[in-house]
Order: sequence, then C-alpha cells, then structure tokens
Amino acid sequence: MTDQPDPTLQTMLEIKGLTKEFGGLKAVNNFDMEIYPGELVGLIGPNGAGKTTIFNLITGIYVPTRGIIRFKNTNLMGFQPHEITQMGIARTFQNIRLFPNLTVLDNVRIAYHIHAGYSMVDAILHNRRYDQQEKALTEKAQEFLSVFNMHTRQGEIAKNLPYGEQRRLEIARALAASPELLLLDEPAAGMNPKEVAELMDLIHFIRERFNLTILLIEHQMRVVMGICERITVMDFGEVIARGTPEVIQNDEKVIEAYLGRGAAAISQQLREKRSHVA
Amino acid sequence: MKIQRSTLAFWVPFIGLLVLVQVLSSVGILSNFWVTLLKIGAVMSIICLGLNLIYGFNGQFSLGQWGFYAIGAYAGADITYRWTQLHSASGLVVVLLVVLLVALAFILVSKLMSRLRGLDTLSGFTLYIIGLLMAAVIAIFIGRYLINPITNLLNLLPLNIASQIVFFFAVLLGGGVAAEVSYIFGFPVLTLGSDYFGIATLGFSIIVKVLLDNSDTLLGFEEMKGARGMIGIPKMTSWIWVSIFLVIVIIVTRNLLHSTHGRAIISVREDEIAAKAMGINISQQKTITFVLGSFFAGLAGALYAHVNGFLHPNTFSFIKTFDPMIIIVFGGLGSVTGTVAAAFTWALVLEGLLRLVLPQGFETWRYVIYPLLLLVLMLLRPQGLFGTFEFPYLRQILPPIFQPRNSAKPTETVNEIPGDGA
Repeated sequence: MTDQPDPTLQTMLEIKGLTKEFGGLKAVNNFDMEIYPGELVGLIGPNGAGKTTIFNLITGIYVPTRGIIRFKNTNLMGFQPHEITQMGIARTFQNIRLFPNLTVLDNVRIAYHIHAGYSMVDAILHNRRYDQQEKALTEKAQEFLSVFNMHTRQGEIAKNLPYGEQRRLEIARALAASPELLLLDEPAAGMNPKEVAELMDLIHFIRERFNLTILLIEHQMRVVMGICERITVMDFGEVIARGTPEVIQNDEKVIEAYLGRGAAAISQQLREKRSHVA
Repeated sequence: MKIQRSTLAFWVPFIGLLVLVQVLSSVGILSNFWVTLLKIGAVMSIICLGLNLIYGFNGQFSLGQWGFYAIGAYAGADITYRWTQLHSASGLVVVLLVVLLVALAFILVSKLMSRLRGLDTLSGFTLYIIGLLMAAVIAIFIGRYLINPITNLLNLLPLNIASQIVFFFAVLLGGGVAAEVSYIFGFPVLTLGSDYFGIATLGFSIIVKVLLDNSDTLLGFEEMKGARGMIGIPKMTSWIWVSIFLVIVIIVTRNLLHSTHGRAIISVREDEIAAKAMGINISQQKTITFVLGSFFAGLAGALYAHVNGFLHPNTFSFIKTFDPMIIIVFGGLGSVTGTVAAAFTWALVLEGLLRLVLPQGFETWRYVIYPLLLLVLMLLRPQGLFGTFEFPYLRQILPPIFQPRNSAKPTETVNEIPGDGA
C-alpha cells in the first residue's frame, strides 16, 4: 500500500493488543496502532468509542488491562503520568484543563518546571542561582508565548480568556513541555468555523516549527479530513477502519458507525448509481 | 545587591511594628496581658501560614495541623524541661539525634523505593516504619554516650546563653519532629482525595490528643504528666524570639511561592490531572508542602509551649483544629498577608478586645459574637478579608512584556502566526 510509511522506519509510538476493561465493559479491545516520526495521524469514532481512553492509556492515567505501548522503543508500562510527559509525550484535554486562576505566563512557566534548574533550597534562599535560572526560565516562557502571539496577554488570568485563546494557550502549554509526540484531544470542540480554520493553521504551524508528531482525536470531519495523513476509525473500542482520508470517507463500516445502517445502504446505492452513470 | 522599594516598603513598617511592641513592653506601657496575646497571635500566624501552604496553595484540606502543633509543643517543651529542671541535655541530644538519623533513614528508604517500581503504598509505609524504628533505636543508643559530654560543654557557657541555645534548638527540633511525623503519616494518606484526606488528618489530631492524655503511662515520658498537664516549662518565648521566627517563616513562604517550586505546588491545587500532564510529580509536591506546613506547625507549637509554661492535652483537642482553618478562610485562602492579619486579629479580638468590651460575667458571650462575626463576614466577603490580595513585596511581580529581539524577523513571524484572530 502506498499510504503506509516505510516500515523500516523506527516507530514513534507503537501500540499492540491494547485492552482496557472497566469491570465488565471493554472500553478498548485489542487496539493496534503505529505512528512514525513526523506523521499527523487522526483517531476518529462516534461518542463512547474509546478514543479518549486510548489517550489516557498512553499518558499513563489509566493502566492497561493487557497490551503494550512503546514510545521510541521504551515500554510505557508502569511509568507515572509525569514521567511519561518527561519522556516526551504531551497532551491537551477534551474539556480544556488550564490552571484557571493563574496567569497566562504562569501556565506556561509551570510546563518548564521539570527543566527549572534550581532546587527548593535555592528558591528559599533566593540566591544567585535562583535569580539566573528563574530569569532565564521566564524569558524562555515569554519568548515562547510570543511565538503564539500571546506575549502581550501574559498577565491575564487564564479563565478570563476567550475560548479560542484558551485552546491556543493549552496547546502552547503542552508544547512548552518540549514533547516529541503531541496528543490533541478534540481541539476543535465547541469552536465556530472561523476558530476551526485558525486552529487548523495553528496545527500545521506547530508541526513545522517544533518538528512534531501529532495524534489527533476529532469529531469534526472537516478538520480530520483536512489535515490528517492517516486515519484510524474506532467504534465500541475496536478498530473498524484505517487508511487515508479518501479511503475512510468511502468506507462502508465507517458510514454505518456514524450514520447508522440505513444511511450506509443509501450511500451504497448512491455510489452504485454514480458508477453506473460513469 | 539592589534592594527593591517594595521590599523596603514591606519590611520597614513590619519590623518597626515588631520593635515598637518590644520597646513598649520594656518601658511598661504595654501590659504583660497584651504582649502574651501578641505572642499568641504571632504563634497563630506561623501555624496558619503552614496550613495556608497546605490548604490555600496546595489545595489539600487538612485538619491535622493542630496535631502537629501538639507534637511540636511537647517535643520542644520536653527538651527545655530536661535542661532547666533536670540540668541535663538528654532531651536535646536524643531528639536531635533521632531527628537527624530518621531523616537519613527516610532519604535512604525513598532512594530504595524509587528503584523498586510499582511498590504498593502500604508496603512502602512499612519500609518507612522499619527505617524509622531502626534509626530511633540507634539514636537512643548513641545518645547515651553523648549526653554527658554535651551537658558539660553547655555548662561551660554562661547559663543564660546556654539556655537560649537549648531553647533555639528545642524550637527547631519541635518543628523537625512534627515534619518527620507528617512525612511518614502523609505517605499513605496523601494518596487520598481531598475530602478523605481531611477525615484522615482529623483522625490524626484525635490520635495525638489521646496519646498525650496518656503520655506518662503509655509513652513513658513521666515529665509530661499525661492528662494532668505538663508544668515547669521555662517561659522563654520572648517577643523577640517570636518575631524572629515569624519573619523567617514569612520569608521562606514568600520565597518558595515565588519560585518554580511554588508554582508547581499551586498547579496541584488548580488541576491535578493537568499538573500531571505537565510533568509535575504531584505526590512529591503534596508531600513537600505537607511536611513544610507541619514543620511550621511544630515551630509554632514549640514557641507556644514556652509562652505560658504550661501544656495540657485539652489545649490540643481536635475541636481546636478548626481554629487555624477558620483563620485562613477568614484571612483569605492563598494570601500570606491575610493569614498574618487574621491570626493577629483572632488573637487580639477574641481573647483581648471582647474580654474588655463585654461586661463582667458575660465574657463567655464572645463565643457567640465571634461565630456571628464569621457568619456575617462569610456572607459579605466569601473570599475572606483579603481575598488573594498581597502586599507588593509578597505579590508576584510580572516581568515586563517581552519585546521580540530584532525588528525585521518578528513582523514576519507575526504574519505567519495563525490564529491571531484579533
């Protein structure tokens, strides 16, 4: 298949036989996925298909029942969420999770905590090491905000920002943790068409600028079809289709999952008619 | 080094006030009654700053602060009691050794634990307890040989100076003991969610009170005299000592909060899951805050023990654990200024002003007026007296807005930056 990347490449993320059970419910069942460096992969599916569960499994918030998740050949099993972030996987959340009562600048500065370079004793003494490192850290954060054109709003409280800006800040904050793999959980949720267009530009921009690999969950077909190179479709915890956007758009199972069996039949008829005319 | 104006604007009046109180009391204008109340206010400020770190900044609802206060009080009192009444440094030497060796044991166990991945909490807790017991036994064993030399060494100094040194260490060690107890207690309990954590810490306060009731029989400290109350503690907490400790605690709190570690602590309060996703080890942050807050409580306790020279387990009843909680909510959660102001107000108004204002025989009515005042305040200002207001020195200053370096590039970048929907 031409849409598959070169198999000799080292995978960025490799998921094999991933299963998560909540009591009797199989939220994710035997899920496989490979992501190669530099890719932008979409993960779609109807509500409750288990997409966010996959994100929570990758980032260590849930522990898998079975299966393997490998990030750059390291098995992520048994690592704490903060350790996984430190390895280079950052994420955003479906319902924005900023630090609501902190300023824009502090939201980004918290992401730099792991690279702060001074100890608590330095902080309490406010010695020279603290002064230097804190200044460097702040400048780095400000410069980073300026990349997202938010440096003039550094003093604003995060919860007072408009919705689109909050999304942008959340993505900026995730990137400040200097990840190699970025997981975006429904970034376009609740956005108007203009904001969605801006978001798509933003995703393209950060991908180039930070040399990222991105895994994206999204509901809005426009976004997914517009920017993803490969798409995996899930329903009831299982993969029902994978491939390029064009393949997915015409996949019967996908249409059935999204629109129901009747719609799938109609689309089948339409397609036959079209081919007949052609 | 350049000193900023906000620093001076805060410290000059503050230190001035502290000095003024000292001068007034030495001259005799300020009666002993009021000085004692001010000391209690300062002690309350210290314990409440600790609790504000835990609850106001880290978001962990703790009712155990009073228990750590009690531990600090009795630990500190025992050291000075043995020095003044029994003329031996045995308390000082043994407690110092225990604190040092237990700290060492904790560090070793935590190193070991970081290597053993996926160890469950209770097994870890057991390891810590084993480490603690071993360290304590070794400390007592070594201590026996060191008591006499150190007592003799201290006796070489003039009595007054030696006593002050013992007192200083007693206060620090009161904090140290409280901090170590909080570390081992917090290890399993901090994994609980906020409300459950509150109940668990309330349980801790009750346990401490019961142990103190039986301190002479169950714990074997005869000088603590169990439920009869400990007497004979030297009244060494002078206004100067309280001021020094208060100033240190304020500086430590302020400096910590203005650093990346402070931001990490606050991020846990704001959103635990987001903090985790930002690479912050939230259990570590919770532990650090809890231990530091308890350390302050222990300091405050040891200072309190030497204010009146008398300790009774009823002072440390769990009902009182709500006092610091009320003070920090009253002053404003997450405000250092508010906490200190509210603690002094609490001490001066409740015990001082209302006692004077109310007619004879109606003193106990202050416990009617005080809750009513709280009720009114909560209705009018639910965010507390000061909200999140801080004096300029205590407030975090935003750096000036970033100016992109060379003028040619940024305009380019700005243009290509998407999402600038202004």
